[in-house]
Amino acid sequence: MNATSTSFPRRRESICSYKNWIPACAGMTMLVVALMSIAPARAAEAVPVGNDPVIEQRMVNLAKDLRCLVCQNETLAGSHAELAEDLRKDIRQQMKLGKSDKEVVKYLTDRYGDFVLYKPPFRSYTLLLWFGPFLFLLGGAVIWYVTLKKRRGLQPVDQVSAAALKQAADLLDKNN
Amino acid sequence: MKRWIPLLIFVALAGFLFVGLHRDPREVPSPFIGKAAPAFNLPVVGQPGKTFSPADNKGKVWLLNVWAPWCVSCSQEHAELMQLAQAGVPIYGLNWKDKDREAAALLQREGSPYVMVADDVGGQTGIDWGVTGTPETYVIDKNGIIRMKHIGIIDDAAWQTKFVPLLKELNQ
Repeated sequence: MNATSTSFPRRRESICSYKNWIPACAGMTMLVVALMSIAPARAAEAVPVGNDPVIEQRMVNLAKDLRCLVCQNETLAGSHAELAEDLRKDIRQQMKLGKSDKEVVKYLTDRYGDFVLYKPPFRSYTLLLWFGPFLFLLGGAVIWYVTLKKRRGLQPVDQVSAAALKQAADLLDKNN
Repeated sequence: MKRWIPLLIFVALAGFLFVGLHRDPREVPSPFIGKAAPAFNLPVVGQPGKTFSPADNKGKVWLLNVWAPWCVSCSQEHAELMQLAQAGVPIYGLNWKDKDREAAALLQREGSPYVMVADDVGGQTGIDWGVTGTPETYVIDKNGIIRMKHIGIIDDAAWQTKFVPLLKELNQ
């Protein structure tokens, strides 16, 4: 920027009036507009209680996969229920105590059971849930195989007997 | 035989859906059944300086009813609880997240079915017990083990079918 600025005549004009600067100027304008549009959106977000962006990010990432127990179709990250707020506070606190994500999840499942997890864990009673789709796939494969096998037993079209072909030709002739 | 297969599949599916229709999604199975009641030591509502801890009730079969003055269903449940208390059922209360501090006045006005009410203003004890909403009632046995959790109002039907047989068994 310094290298070029000396070669330009010093005029009191917006930098946007210089031809070479138009892309840069447009870019800057877009950036400013973008920043301006971001600012109010940020202000409307929930108050970052933790004030620690790292923990906040970890908490949100973790809470996205956890179920709110009051509004059961919402995640713990997205729910406005009071209990969800309390639990988010608990998650933050646990993280501040240096607990790993796994330990935080255990803290919640100890209290609320596997129900808080949107991703069901591998357990004896969730086997059907995990392998059910593969059972359906297997069922489909069996039906496919049986159907193909049955079809193989049928007589192919090009092996029709001569008598039948003649009969067909006669019928066609008659109609013409 | 073959033509009946689609009908059979339909009937099975309809059966599953029909059963699902009558199941309450609020009845989240509690991981505490058969486990020791989480410990706490909280001030007692209306009795300054006094505290209550579940350990105090060792050797007793008792109920912990989680409620709050702001909870509408709890006021519906109140009458039933009063009757049970009069019949001699030891009900203890957990006053959950009573930020407006109304419990003491409310119990004075409406009468208290509770032997004692522990005051959980912050709500952390409720969370430690896996409370999702009020009212919820736990049955704790003589060894301090949680034997049952009832979500929602205790009405007469729930009392007769769920509580009475269990309490009879535990008190033997």
